[in-house]
Amino acid sequence: MKKHWYEYLWVVSLVYLILGFFNILFAWLGLLCFSIPLLISIFGGDKAYCNKYCGRGQLLEILGEKYGLSQRKISPKILRTKWFRYGFLVFFMSMFLLMIWNTYLVFAGASLKEVVTLMWVFKLPWWWSNTSIVSNWVAQFAFGFYSVMLTSTILGIVSMFLFKPRSWCVYCPMGTMTQAICQLKHKKDNG
Amino acid sequence: MIKRKKAQIGKACVACGNCVKYCPVGAIIIHKGLYAQVDENKCVGCGKCAKVCPADVIEIVMREVEGHEKALV
Repeated sequence: MKKHWYEYLWVVSLVYLILGFFNILFAWLGLLCFSIPLLISIFGGDKAYCNKYCGRGQLLEILGEKYGLSQRKISPKILRTKWFRYGFLVFFMSMFLLMIWNTYLVFAGASLKEVVTLMWVFKLPWWWSNTSIVSNWVAQFAFGFYSVMLTSTILGIVSMFLFKPRSWCVYCPMGTMTQAICQLKHKKDNG
Repeated sequence: MIKRKKAQIGKACVACGNCVKYCPVGAIIIHKGLYAQVDENKCVGCGKCAKVCPADVIEIVMREVEGHEKALV
């Protein structure tokens, strides 16, 4: 059966991570992964992004199913509860806002921190990116955003390895957020 | 009435759509981005959806169907 174009979006996810490694400024492109799912759920009222266009989901599936890197085990029940999903969304968004705040501080005159923070804790020196062509705050946002994308990719890969290939989808903040938007939207539509 | 295996989606569905992709007969849709929905007339109870569901909300249950329905599995 002929594949659809969107079934190759995993390449985009992979290229994004590679480009960001060579020049952190490419991290800005990740905003598309944030805005497109939200726009689809707000205006389209569905989760088409998760269902069809999520490159990361496809990548995890390829690694887990095709290359057999997943143990295909059922994830712990706590990971699948509403509390955990929304709790993780709140935590993730808090960290995201903190990253925005750090960007603002650099905009206001603080010095640029050339580090990528993994799992919100581990700071990796990232000195090889040439960010001199842009303002410091633009670079700071890129470092912060790449940290978010890399951290969520690592969590996705660990979940894929330990549980089922797309276990990350269960607690993916974008998935939780878009589902919540769909719930609100359809509640409103139904009066 | 006879009994056949059918997929049943639980309330905790995260609407990721993975089951849709793996369903060999196209019996599953994602309803308004909220949850997966099974068309029982199409479902053959093969269990592929349950196997790939990351939220583990799909169960294969025995359901009563019209007597003339052909056994596909």
